[in-house]
Amino acid sequence: MWQALFDELKDQNFSIITVAMDADAEAARPFIEAAAPDYISLIDRDHRVAGLYNMVNVPQAVWIDESGQIVRPPEVAGTYDTVRSRDKVTREVPAEVQARRDEARIVYQDAIRDWVKHGAESKHVFSPAEVKARLTIPDDHVATAHANFRLGQFLMRQGKPDAAEPLFTEARRLHPESWTIWRETEEKNEAGLAAGPTFWARIDALGEKKFYDAVDMAGMPG
Amino acid sequence: MIWLLTDSGERQMPGAVAGDGGLWLSPENMTVATGWELKPEGLCLGDICVPAAAGGFVRDGKIDAAAFWRHMGWPVVSSDDDGAWLLGEGAETRRASLESLTAPDFTLPDLEGVQHALSGQRGKKVFLATWASW
Repeated sequence: MWQALFDELKDQNFSIITVAMDADAEAARPFIEAAAPDYISLIDRDHRVAGLYNMVNVPQAVWIDESGQIVRPPEVAGTYDTVRSRDKVTREVPAEVQARRDEARIVYQDAIRDWVKHGAESKHVFSPAEVKARLTIPDDHVATAHANFRLGQFLMRQGKPDAAEPLFTEARRLHPESWTIWRETEEKNEAGLAAGPTFWARIDALGEKKFYDAVDMAGMPG
Repeated sequence: MIWLLTDSGERQMPGAVAGDGGLWLSPENMTVATGWELKPEGLCLGDICVPAAAGGFVRDGKIDAAAFWRHMGWPVVSSDDDGAWLLGEGAETRRASLESLTAPDFTLPDLEGVQHALSGQRGKKVFLATWASW
């Protein structure tokens, strides 16, 4: 979904790096080949980036300036919480919610254009204090959850799913907010999605909480 | 043979001995896997030295890497029957890294196995976005 934007901005000292949180690169391959990116498209089988940046879901994005400083901390990458309003049988999303998601994408991509053009002067760039205030910081449980998850993935690659299982269980227990750990270690359907009854039960258990928090950006649908 | 996973990779550790929650490594292997060096003043990384006597993690010229890691408050995970160990990065390290506001660096492969580092894009604006197939 980022190729058109990259084509438009790549001559303006702008780089895109996408990271697939996929234990199996082959699961990501068809999507990458269909997108045919000429930006950098990486596979993160151990979810290292989620650990380093304390991300709990996908898609998430971070804006990094020319000197390597974070100018927007991890946030939903320009989409909208459609999951909560999706029909559990037909999987359809109401038109009005779809429209809000489409608008969120446009607003977000326009913000990226503004940043590329104006740099630090862009109204979408946060000051260091604003970035700090918006960061979520991992605690010991989260760090240990990622450690369990990574060793579990290693054991899976060694052909030892029975040994991996208790590590995944521990990772989930220590970091219940993480959708990336939960979905990666959940059974997938024939379409490769962790979207069975257990997924929907987890969604229902969110109560009033969102699956995707709204992006903190002017003009973004709430 | 014991496998040890650290931030710098996945390695088999010849001569390593595990038991009773300990993971005993030669000083050479400790340095290769973690960067920490055994010196007269203790275990050292750069300018930082941790006195070995404090934690009892050095004995007979070997280092209990797991005990040292726990002493530092960092995650130690193992699957003992499989001889698989992981010494992870602690929450405090990750907090400090994020709050520095310098984007934490990483190196990952593309579909063809070519490795790319985030820091390789220094000098450009980088839009870093995650996704997944599931």
